[in-house]
Formats: sequence, C-alpha cells, structure tokens
Amino acid sequence: MNARQGFIGQSVERREDARFLTGRGQYTDDISLQGQTYGYFLRSPYAHARITSLDTAEAAKAPGVLGIFTGEHFKAVGGLPCGWLINSLDGSPMKEPKHPVLADGKVRYVGDRVALVVAETLEQAKDAAALIEVEYEELTPVIDTAKAASAVATVHDEAPANVCYHWGIGDKDGTDAAFKNAAHVTTLSFRNNRLIPNAMEPRAANAVYDPNADSYTLYVSNQNPHVERLLMCAFVLGIPEHKMRVVAPDVGGGFGSKIYLYGEETALVFASKSIKRPIKWTCERGEAFLSDAHGRDHVTTAKLALDKDGNFLALRADTTANLGAYLSTFSTCIPTILHATLLAGQYKTPKIWCEVTAVFTNTAPVDAYRGAGRPEATYLLERIVETAAHEMKIDPAEIRRRNFITEFPYASPVGLTYDTGDYFATMNRAVEIAEVGGFAARRAASEAKGFKRGLGYAAYIEACGIAPSSVAGALGARAGLFEAGEVRVHPTGKVTIFTGSHSHGQGHETTFAQVVADRLGLPIDDISIEHGDTAKVLFGMGTYGSRSLAVGGTAIVKAVDKIIAKGKKIAAHLLEAADTDIVFEGGRFLVAGTDKAVPFGSVALTAYVPHNFPHDKLEPGLNENAFYDPSNFTYPAGTYICEVEVDPATGKTTIERFTAVDDFGNVVNPMIVEGQVHGGLAQGIGQALLEHGVYDVESGQLLTGSYMDYAMPRADDLPSFHVETAKGTPCTHNPLGVKGCGEAGAIGSPPAVINAICDALGVKDVPMPASPYAVWKAARESALNR
Amino acid sequence: MGTTITLTVNGKSVTREVQPQTLLVEFIREDLRLTGTHVGCDTSQCGACTVHVNGRAVKSCAMLASQANGAELTTIEGLAAADGTLHPMQAAFRSCHGLQCGFCTPGMVMSAVDLVQHHGCHSEAQVREALEGNICRCTGYHNIVKAVQQGAAAMKA
Repeated sequence: MNARQGFIGQSVERREDARFLTGRGQYTDDISLQGQTYGYFLRSPYAHARITSLDTAEAAKAPGVLGIFTGEHFKAVGGLPCGWLINSLDGSPMKEPKHPVLADGKVRYVGDRVALVVAETLEQAKDAAALIEVEYEELTPVIDTAKAASAVATVHDEAPANVCYHWGIGDKDGTDAAFKNAAHVTTLSFRNNRLIPNAMEPRAANAVYDPNADSYTLYVSNQNPHVERLLMCAFVLGIPEHKMRVVAPDVGGGFGSKIYLYGEETALVFASKSIKRPIKWTCERGEAFLSDAHGRDHVTTAKLALDKDGNFLALRADTTANLGAYLSTFSTCIPTILHATLLAGQYKTPKIWCEVTAVFTNTAPVDAYRGAGRPEATYLLERIVETAAHEMKIDPAEIRRRNFITEFPYASPVGLTYDTGDYFATMNRAVEIAEVGGFAARRAASEAKGFKRGLGYAAYIEACGIAPSSVAGALGARAGLFEAGEVRVHPTGKVTIFTGSHSHGQGHETTFAQVVADRLGLPIDDISIEHGDTAKVLFGMGTYGSRSLAVGGTAIVKAVDKIIAKGKKIAAHLLEAADTDIVFEGGRFLVAGTDKAVPFGSVALTAYVPHNFPHDKLEPGLNENAFYDPSNFTYPAGTYICEVEVDPATGKTTIERFTAVDDFGNVVNPMIVEGQVHGGLAQGIGQALLEHGVYDVESGQLLTGSYMDYAMPRADDLPSFHVETAKGTPCTHNPLGVKGCGEAGAIGSPPAVINAICDALGVKDVPMPASPYAVWKAARESALNR
Repeated sequence: MGTTITLTVNGKSVTREVQPQTLLVEFIREDLRLTGTHVGCDTSQCGACTVHVNGRAVKSCAMLASQANGAELTTIEGLAAADGTLHPMQAAFRSCHGLQCGFCTPGMVMSAVDLVQHHGCHSEAQVREALEGNICRCTGYHNIVKAVQQGAAAMKA
C-alpha cells in the first residue's frame, strides 16, 4: 500500500502540540540537573558609571554561596563578538569596542552585568548579591538617539561622537539630480519606536562541566545552538568546539531576541568549571526588559521625488540608528544590509540614496527583532508613498499601481535582485477582501456617530533567508548563511531528520515532516524531526530572518534526494535493472514502464542487512546529509489594508478591519503560515498602537520595565484578521518554491495602521505608538488647523 | 520555619512541608516538579502560571503555597482524561492552531476552561475581554479566540 500523498499544501495539525497542551514541554528552566546550583546576576542601577570599587568579600561568606565572578575573571578572555562588519562611507571600519562578559571598570546601561553569584539556592544567590559592595562614580549618560552624535559625553572612548559607523548605499549624485527635476517632493520625519521583544519564555541557561571528558554542556533558550557554540567557543572562552555541547530544547518564542550570544550564559559556562556543578539561571521578566536585546529605534528623515503623474523619481533617506551600549551579535547589519536594501519596496523607483549613522547610547543593546530592518524600511517607504498620494490627491492604491515593478528578475538600485512577484495580484485581492468600495459609506456612518474613520495601505516586500554566503561575506558578514540537514533512514524504513533550523513556535516538526513524507512517499508518522542539539545535529545556522523552510527545508530536500539517488542504485541491484531505469514513485522504486518494484522499506533494510548488495559500487547504510547555500534571498510580498475608527474626543483607535494578502510562493501548511501572519500582525499593530521602550533621557532609567508599563498587545486590543495567502509566485531558486513567512505580518502592518489613522484625522503624521494621547493631540491640532 | 500542607493535586493527595514565603507556582514547579505551569513575568500580568484552585482559575504566582492547604489543585498536567484523551479545550487549541511556542498555552487553556465553566457567554468580544489577563506573543490571539469558542461549544456538547 502506498502512503497517502499530498501532505504539502495541507493544514496538518501540529505534532508538537500534544506535549505543549499537556504540560510536557521541556523548556530550559524545566530542566534540573543532579547537584543543581543557581546563578543570579547583580546588575548596574546606573546607565553610565565608573566602578570605583567592587568588594565581594562579605557576599562570599554568605550562606550557600559557592562562587562570585566579576569582570576581573573575564579580563583574559574575549568580548562578545559582533557578526557583521560595516565600513563607513570613508572606508574606515565600524568602531567595535569590547563587549565584556561582565562589566570591566565601567557600566554602560541600566541592567549591565556586574557580577555573577552562584549559590545552593536562588534565594541565597540573591541575598548574597545584596551584600556585594559596589561604588560607582556616575557619568553623564547618552540616551537620545537623535542627539547621541552631538552629545558631549561618550559611551566608549574609542567611538568619538558616539558614532559606530556612517554608511551609505545607492546613487547619491543620481538621486540629487532626480530631485532637481521633480514636480513634487514629499518629506517626512519620524521615529521608529524602540521595542522590547518579550518572548513569553524569558531567557534561561543551565551550564554543566564534565571533568571526566573535560567538556561542557549548555542548555539555553536560543534560536541557533550551533552559532551560540561557535561564538562562545571560538571568540570568547577559547573552549574547543568538540568540548562543548549546546542544547536549545523547547524554546518559548524568540522573535530575534534569542539569536544572540549573551554574557549571561557565557559567564555561566565559564563559572561551571570552577563550581564543578550545574548552574542554572532564569531571567526574571524585569531583567528581560533591561537586558534582552531591544529592537528598532531609528530616527529618520525621508524625501520622495515624483513627477506630475505620481511616478516615483527618487528616494532619499537619512537614518540614525541606536545600537545601544554595545554591539550585539548582528546589530550592525540591521539598519544597513537589512534596512536600506529594502527601500525600493515593490516600486521601480530609479534612484535611491540612503545614509545611516549608527550611534552608541547608554541603553540596552539593540539588534534584530521580528522583521529586523525590513519593518523600518517598509514603514519609511509606505508612509511616504501614502503621504505623497494624499498630497498629490491620487488614490493611495493607484499611486502604488503606477509604480509597481512588473518585470522579473528585477535588479533594484539598492543591491537586491527580486526573482519573482505579482504585486497587482496581492493588491487587487486585498482591495477586494477589505471591501474598499464600501469604505465611503462606512466612513459616513462613523461620522454620523461623531467618530473618524480611515483606511491605510501598505504594500511591503521582504527579503528572507539572507544569501548567498559569498555575497553576504563581501558585505561584511562574518558567518556563513547556509543550512545543514541530515536524513537518517533506519533499517526498518523509518526516518529521522536532523535539521540545523530551530523551532521555537514555527512548527518545524510538522512542516518539515510534511515535506519529507511527500518526497519519500511515506506516512508522516514514519518521520521524526530532531533539532536544537549540537550533539545530534551535524551543523546549523539556526532560525531567524524567515529562513527555516526556504534554507533549512531545502537542505533537507537535498539530503532526501541523495537518499533517493542511492536507493535507486540499491533497487537496481535488487531488481536486476540498470540504475538509470529506476524511478522512485509513491514510496517505491520501480523499473520504469514495468510493475517490477521494491518498496522504500525493503531498500532501507537491504542497506543495513547487505547480504544481497552491490558492494563493488556502494557502501552499506542509508544516511545522507546536505548543506544548502541559497543563491539569493526569497522575496515575499503583499498588501495590507487597515481600517480604523478613531474617537477624536478620547483618541482611542479601534481597528475595525485588518486585511493581509501575502504571496509566500508555495505554502506547505496554510494553517501554520496563517498563524505566523497573525502573530506578526499582532506585533506590528503592537508597535503602531501600544509598545514603546522608553528611557528617561536624564537618568537613563528604563521607564517601561514591566508589563505594568510596557503595553503588550492583549486579546482585547486586537481584532480578528482577514488573512489570505495568495496563489502566489513560487520562489524560482529553491526546489520547494517557498518564501519566508515569519516576519511579514510585523513588517507590513505598522505603516498600514498609521496610514489609516492619518487618513481618519486628515493629518500628515501621528507618531508611533499612536497612543490615545498622541491621537487625541493630532486630532485636536487637525481640528484647530481647519 | 516550614508549615505542613495537605492538598489534592490533579486528583492525588499530597502532603509537603513548605516555607511561608513559597509561592504556589514555586511549590508546583520546584517541589512537585509539575513544570507545565510556567512563569512568564514577575508582576502577575502574563497568566502563564494559571491553575485551578477549587475549580477556579488562579494565577499561582499571586498566592502562597500555604494558602492552598486543603485545596483541590488542578494543573495543566491534570486536565486531560486519565487515558490521555485531551480535554475538549485542549483539543480545540490543537485543531484551531491556538498555540505556537506553547509557553503561554497551559495558562491560556486553564483560563479558557474557567471562562467556559463560570462565565457562560462566549461572543468573540467576551472571549477577548476574558483573556485580557493572559499574554501570548506568538498567535496574535486570532486562533486562541477561535479555539476558546470551539472548546466552549465542545464542553457544552
């Protein structure tokens, strides 16, 4: 019997759900080891200060204390590395001050790690930390993004004016010339608000040293365990990689914040050798607010030049990006490679010039957060396009259609080559689902109630699965951007897949199994997916940038194809046919054009019980791996339409409808893909309406350090969404024809929301987050100006 | 100075010594090793630690273990039938894709069961309002709301 085929495209229920629904998930904090001890980090209460003395003597004598570690212990080891070198326009490399594991003489943000206390219990570690005597000499903090480069104080001595780099991309002279010939220029200045990622599982780690093998095991809530191992071993602690196992078990969300190598787990690994017992640290939520890498925080001025018909002639953007106090792992490529290269969007704008000044401030490090640079680019572009449409009295959908790219492949003026797309299809379908035709009547009904109603568009493009490694390397990447997969066929014909992609909510255990089940013609239950353990998986670059299926899935497909190729040779031997006459269909190897066949399971058994086996041509066994380095990014795109109702008396904004039509190419599991969009939309709408990481500009204290102060989107803040995955244009350069889907929602939604609010109020801009106060103020100013 | 408490946990009687400051969630996770109940914040906002105490949803970070003396405690591990059949709400979360990373899920499911058992009415708006004390970062709540409505219907059936 052949297995049922056609898993690809089906909303198969998730195989991982059973354990999560019954409390059997195993997150890092759920793991307690024999002889477990506990770590606690003493953190800086100041944004910027010199440590004039640090005395741990009293604390060391406290009950249960096993060890105290400070910056002194880490003087001899490396700093936490930055994975992407950016060169300034003048050719000089970015400023790269050491990012110490524990503070070395200075603290540079509130929450900076000062000491690690290890004790028998967490309470004892906390009590002992309170006995550590630290004397600080307060220094003036640098907080405000826009003012950092003109501040008198400096975060790092080696970065004058707090500038990390001043970078640019595009055609400056061509852009300037195009502006001179413009019939209309639209200018917009805005801030892309700082966000705090807030995966629901706080970061956690548990490190143990095995003296017998002289090796370490680190359990850590992380999105890319092999990258974590490489960075920690090779760049910081000098531990040989084969002496370190990193396990990222069930991980409760990441959104970027768990890509990075942090000082906490590094300190734990270092300390575990002298403590000689496992050390567990679990971040409290308050600590997470202070110390997880934050996202966004750009201040931007953009100008769009148009001809009299609304055709885009040129775009110019100047952005200051706040990188925080130290360079987090991929911080430097976010405002540059992942931001400015997206500024063509879906449009054939012929000339683009973008300059980015990245600054250090006395705030938490800033790095990739869901979308990572692409939401900032999309916000810039989709806000200015919509503003230009209003200024020129052209319908916002129409101005976009006039400028859509229609021929592929398309080489953009900012370095990307889009392989495929159909922007009219997603726009037209979104307009249909959103019932834009009925908007005028709905607006009239709102106005009759004393409310304002607005409609906002965003037509986004995204670049997912950074690639290829050679190009990324030329642009400054210090890592490869391939993915690895292994297919281990067992003698019984069952299959274990090992993938370097990591699942922390994305459902790989289901989606990847669907792909393999179809390819091998096996029941899905015959396939299991392993990930998240460097001792099991040969290598991996992990999960970020919406790369898992396009890059990790392709690596698996390539390995599966090697299995089939070897299987054909074994089958040819068994069927006494030529290798080239064997085809693989529906889980059977058969001689083409005949009914002579051997099932997959028999070939597998033959590979491991090779009594009748072509030993002269093949090795026994059926186990293959593959590394896949994509030739290009994938380019998902879509149109989002937001419709809001605003109460001008209170400033309260209600999202009445939210429509998202996305082109993700081929879709393996529509249910999971739609779920990814829903989650992205919630984070994007959160950015637009609710979320804001705020530091006091005088003291550098984080004012939004808990769920009492940082407005996380809750169920009653959001509507149900109208989400549709378009029939789509399959990606042309991976065998599955898939594009990334994880970040789209967070990329396309903020400008759609703000465009809708601006439309409702008839104003040019409302700052994010569009809190009731901000909206009320804008409504009031608009009324006064009429 | 510890005190001894006796309570029923997922149908079984348990007697343990607890410290007066021990939170119920710490008792559940550390003493009982029932790690399905999660801690997602430190301000009683996120709801990941929601359990049932005497049949009502309680954030177990906001109650002392000693206050649970004599109580009937149900955690996520005790919700499915003894033979492993999922509770209708668990099944609805699965069929509606009402979970992604799974971290908020136990608390979300326990709150949803309480909502259905004690609050009766389940329009979309009511479900959204009732889940205000449970934060999810993955799903955008869209499929959670669907799951709760489907689970509610199944529980009444």
